[in-house]
Amino acid sequence: MGSASSSPGRPAAAEEPEPEVAPLRSTVREGVKIVIVGGFGVGKTTMVRSVSEIRPLSTEEVMTEAGVGIDDVAGVRGKNTTTVAFDFGRISLDEHLVLYLFGAPGQERFWFLWDRLFAGTLGAVVLLDTRRVEDSWYAIDRLEHHNMPFVVARNNFGQPTHTLEEVRDALSLDPGVPLVDCDARRRESSRDVLITLVQHVYALSSAAYGAMAGAAS
Amino acid sequence: MSREAIDRETPDRLYTITGGRSRAHTDVFDLVTLVVAESEPTPGMQSEHTRILRMCRAPRAVVEISAALRLPISVTRILLCDLLDAGRITVRQPTRSAGAQESLGLPFAHPDVLKEVLVGLRQL
Ligand SMILES: Nc1nc2c(ncn2[C@@H]2O[C@H](COP(=O)(O)OP(=O)(O)O)[C@@H](O)[C@H]2O)c(=O)[nH]1
Ligand SMILES: [Mg+2]
Repeated sequence: MGSASSSPGRPAAAEEPEPEVAPLRSTVREGVKIVIVGGFGVGKTTMVRSVSEIRPLSTEEVMTEAGVGIDDVAGVRGKNTTTVAFDFGRISLDEHLVLYLFGAPGQERFWFLWDRLFAGTLGAVVLLDTRRVEDSWYAIDRLEHHNMPFVVARNNFGQPTHTLEEVRDALSLDPGVPLVDCDARRRESSRDVLITLVQHVYALSSAAYGAMAGAAS
Repeated sequence: MSREAIDRETPDRLYTITGGRSRAHTDVFDLVTLVVAESEPTPGMQSEHTRILRMCRAPRAVVEISAALRLPISVTRILLCDLLDAGRITVRQPTRSAGAQESLGLPFAHPDVLKEVLVGLRQL
């Protein structure tokens, strides 16, 4: 703990209102995470909000110019930093398990922080930006690079101008990767996207664990 | 506050809060690691430590703590390390996520936890 007292320039702890975010149940044992990746304005926060039990919160991670994150916070001083902001919501799944849902930008610098922030993620939803398909293509490339299972969801702002098959072609998407339409504003629709993702990962995972068990016997 | 203001302000503020410390084992704290306070704050404790102990009377995830403190994840991790080393908090780690399975050479979360997630989602 050291001898540090309150940081200068900040209100004393007693005066700071603590967050009004409802606490988790005391029985909760494990947190898991899912990431929604997509460009600005595709509907990430909308999707998080529609299924979360808390209003979406946001936070950030810092990167120094020199590289990723700040293991050595002392080294930050005097260097230029950039921040990557992301938001998140929460779903208590049962008395033991809580799911955190993250909305994260797909821009280049974000991927430098992937391991630090999102290692161990169950899976990802790529929220398709129909106006900038190449952004989604980049996100898909990065997720494959990180061995992260994912599904692609097209958030329908209006009447879609392409069929999903045309979209699949434009993305050169593997036939095994689910591609669905959704309305991020609707809770059931967003929930269904998450179910599609977890079913997909479950199939991959069962096969991998089954193969491992088979090899061991 | 504008984005630029945060970018400019960040380095010195972070330096002040952490006292320039860096910690080796901040990896304990995944974004969704659940933190539980094991003691009440004591007078004279650094204000961020006090706030963490208060907000973790019930379990709270690292990322929620970071959002409430309005501090970056890496700085929050350092503060949590202090409290863990001092025995003032305990943690509940993800155990069946993909990361936890890495020793098995499998990139996926365990089917059991995925099934549990599915059951929960279907009840929404
Ligand atoms: N019409 C329509 N608007 C949407 C939909 N999803 C999001 N929006 C709107 O699009 C804007 C950007 O959405 P937001 O969730 O903030 O995008 P983000 O930048 O990816 O987090 C907001 O004004 C939303 O209300 C949708 O499915 N249909
Ligand atoms: Mg947003």
